[in-house]
Amino acid sequence: MAVLELLQYPDPRLKQVSAPVTAFDAVLQSFLADLEATMRAGPGSVGIAAPQVNHFFRIAIVDVSSKPKIPQHGCLRLINPEIVQRAGEVKGREGCMSVPDYTGTVLRAQSLRVRAQDADGQWREFECEGYEARAVQHEIDHLDGLLFLDRVISPRHDLFRRNR
Amino acid sequence: MSAPARHDVQWHMLTVVGADRPGIVAKLTEALFRGGCNLGEASMARLGGNFCIMLMVEGVNAVTLEQQVRPVTDALGLRLHLDSIHGKLHQHVEPNVQITVYGADRPGIVAQATAALAAAGFDILDLYTDVGGTVERPIYIMLIDGYVTEGVAVIERAITPLRASGIEIRVTALDTLIG
Repeated sequence: MAVLELLQYPDPRLKQVSAPVTAFDAVLQSFLADLEATMRAGPGSVGIAAPQVNHFFRIAIVDVSSKPKIPQHGCLRLINPEIVQRAGEVKGREGCMSVPDYTGTVLRAQSLRVRAQDADGQWREFECEGYEARAVQHEIDHLDGLLFLDRVISPRHDLFRRNR
Repeated sequence: MSAPARHDVQWHMLTVVGADRPGIVAKLTEALFRGGCNLGEASMARLGGNFCIMLMVEGVNAVTLEQQVRPVTDALGLRLHLDSIHGKLHQHVEPNVQITVYGADRPGIVAQATAALAAAGFDILDLYTDVGGTVERPIYIMLIDGYVTEGVAVIERAITPLRASGIEIRVTALDTLIG
């Protein structure tokens, strides 16, 4: 296992869309271990996505088990994840290992169902809510080249963006 | 390539206040940009119809800075105030508590609420207040983000006596997600 180097904005690579994973092999297993080690090396980080370590494939890890008394699934390794259902909308504060020294308020779905492959390529589904759902949305955004900066709302008045 | 970090930056706090109109920020920052200034953190608010901005500026000395900005503020009829400050960028403290206070407007709400918070060791990082309701029956609203080492329970205990005086106070723990 190795702690990988993190890309930090304004590195333009963070804005690129990642490609689906097709090979569920030893290379993937090894990368997942490194990605998890990198997440755990970041103080307080509850998730990480492959593009944050310069690897542009659709892989994310979410683990909110360090937060007490919230509904959660432990360490989720999400490969080719898709949010297939979302409900509710809640505000919360977010930061990112790839955007140091800035945090902002972001609206996210309160609950969701995410469909993803595991490390062996098996499709699985998870129902997530609250903090864990927020983390899943934050990490999947990375796979689409989106940072929480793309979704920040006015801290002062919590203005909602008009849908266009 | 990012510019090399500089540790010897002398920041100035530029404060401009006056009757609001469209284009003030554009005119101010255009003058600063042309004068070779660099901006840091800033906060603008419209308070009671007044334009108010606090702006961190560096790049020139205080005298030159005033020479650049004064013509703009004079032309717009705005008051200008300049301080050289010890501050620097990247000094953020992450708030861990948000407090909402509201009630029928009366003198002393802010003083009483913040005194209780200060006594509990609460550090205010951001404060915003407004008066809503009607002219006849105004309501006072205050939103505070801050940091307290001991946690929400200490704040809850500190503000409980205030509730008896008819002020609504809600304390919410903030947990910033880092992903």
